Amino acid sequence: MKVLQIAWKNIRQNPATSILGILLTAFGTGILCVLLLTSHQLEEQLDNNSRGIDLVVGAKGSPIQLILSSIYHMDNPTGNISLAEAEKLAANPMVKLAVPLSLGDNYRDHRIVGTDSTFLQLYGLELAEGRIWQEDFEAVIGAEVAQKHRLHIGDKIYGAHGLSSEGHAHDEHPYTITGIFKPAHHIADRLVVANLASVWRMHGDEGDEDVHEHGDEHYDENHSHDLAGVEEHEHHHGEQHPQEDGSSDHQDEPQLVKSIVGDVGTSEREITSMLIQYRNPAAIGMFPRLVNQQTAMQAASPAMESARLFSLLGIGIDSLQVLAYVIMLMAALSVFISLYNALKSRKYDLAIMRTLGASQGKLFGIVIAEGILLTFVGALLGIIIGHTALYLIGASTDGTATLLETLVLLPQEGWLVVIGVAIGFVAAVIPAIKAYKTSISQTLSGN
Amino acid sequence: MAINAKNLLNRITMQDYNTNTVIRLSGIKYRYRGGESLDFADLEIPSGQHTLMLGDSGSGKTTLLHILSGLLQPNEGTVQVAGEDIYALSARKLDAFRGQRIGLIFQEAHLVKSLTVKENLQIAQGFAGAKVNNDRILEVLTLLNLGDKIYSYPSKLSRGQMQRAAIARAVINRPAILVADEPTASLDDRNTERVLDLLITQAEQHGATLIIATHDKRVKSRIEHIYQVS
Repeated sequence: MKVLQIAWKNIRQNPATSILGILLTAFGTGILCVLLLTSHQLEEQLDNNSRGIDLVVGAKGSPIQLILSSIYHMDNPTGNISLAEAEKLAANPMVKLAVPLSLGDNYRDHRIVGTDSTFLQLYGLELAEGRIWQEDFEAVIGAEVAQKHRLHIGDKIYGAHGLSSEGHAHDEHPYTITGIFKPAHHIADRLVVANLASVWRMHGDEGDEDVHEHGDEHYDENHSHDLAGVEEHEHHHGEQHPQEDGSSDHQDEPQLVKSIVGDVGTSEREITSMLIQYRNPAAIGMFPRLVNQQTAMQAASPAMESARLFSLLGIGIDSLQVLAYVIMLMAALSVFISLYNALKSRKYDLAIMRTLGASQGKLFGIVIAEGILLTFVGALLGIIIGHTALYLIGASTDGTATLLETLVLLPQEGWLVVIGVAIGFVAAVIPAIKAYKTSISQTLSGN
Repeated sequence: MAINAKNLLNRITMQDYNTNTVIRLSGIKYRYRGGESLDFADLEIPSGQHTLMLGDSGSGKTTLLHILSGLLQPNEGTVQVAGEDIYALSARKLDAFRGQRIGLIFQEAHLVKSLTVKENLQIAQGFAGAKVNNDRILEVLTLLNLGDKIYSYPSKLSRGQMQRAAIARAVINRPAILVADEPTASLDDRNTERVLDLLITQAEQHGATLIIATHDKRVKSRIEHIYQVS
């Protein structure tokens, strides 16, 4: 029999204490695993959602709130900004892409976002089925919205005022679903996207027919929704073309849209915020200052605010990590006590093994193997618990967790197993030394 | 208190000192931690002989048995077993030597509780450096009427079955020497006879030299050669 087999048999001999050690290790590892996965997913989500967005321009207020409401669609907006002001910024040569956002309603907690076709371009969204909006009150929904609420093309949905589903329902203007986005694995999966005019009209603004005609014309002409279509739109509206502004470093770039005027056609209105993509890195230092000092708006950098947000969340994560380490310490103590106590009842077993030819090193190895096995099994169980917990949390909160996602293992989880094994080793060292030093003669003589 | 065993009755006859000596003890002295010391008479035991080490409790029988089994190093003297000065061997080699050449049986069976009867015999083979031989295990257990207990855990065995399993474990590697320490101490007459029968039979079947240390005078009639320790 191999050392591991003997160790495993010994573990099974004391099920109660062994299970305690395994469970404590499992809980500690499970908590660490959940923290690892959530912080990883959070970081990934923050990264995915803000990818390609260099700046958010919105009403003055908390920059974190502006980022949360405009990129992560989690908080109330800071207010509205003048469309005319936004247009001026969008026309700045430093700006490559400007995406207007108009918020205010939700469909069952999914934000309804009024925007234009540049939104698709910014997030690299593709349609899984259907088409993009061509009329007011036509909407394209994210993959998660479709799956969660079993929505299909042609279905009508009613928005509710505000950012939670408990707001006043807009029964008078249902949105007709014309398209469903392919899963993008970021915030767009959870949004309902329509044109700006829909959001304005929903809130009683019926005044500017030009808006609708303009918007309709735009989508009629650009229903293929690819970059070429967007480019056509840009030319059609005769907006400032990047090549015309004197910058020459983007000859081969797709012609990108600054489409606010194109879609909206008026400077009397307000939008919630605007997502900006810079033309070149030089804008990083200059453009936010320009916004903050020369306009009534504020500029917030997603990179900086996300880092700040993550560091704030990090305090909570650190606290939970401390808790997990305390549990792991208790697991180590439990394994130590279990092995140490077991030695008393197994002293004859160990002495007999020596009489059978087992070396001192072998006895040391058997006890160490027991400690390692206990925590190894505990660590593996902890990882399973962690993934299961995450799946259950995801399923119970927004019903979007998939088994496949929870099956993905991070390389860092390997370290959790290594930590578990190391704890088992450390906990077993003293009992193992005691086993190593077992005096066969004294034990067998009963002295 | 020094116990001098040299002047005590040693009934190992001269004709037993043949050339095929398997155990040779000379000048053995052992001092306990408390300062108490024991001097043992020189002793030579020929291969295949059955020897009884007789003495009262506390006389040093077990100490002597442990010394000649390589479990307890004496302070002075040499111990040769099967031609090997065992305390000149490294600790690791001595462990292996003990596993291969010496079979030990104690008053209590001391089977490893977490292992089945078969596994108890498997570790005896494994620790001795031999390949696990399940045929041999079955053969020995069958000889000892334990063929149906091969997968039983010690907790499921009767006292007699445990004792037989311990004997099976001791003989599994065909040791040169079979050493039994107080094997009949807590047994009634009938069971004492049965255990002695088993030990003698097994020693003869495996060609092993049998050494029994006991204070049990019932054993005297069964073993011809007696070494008195007191």
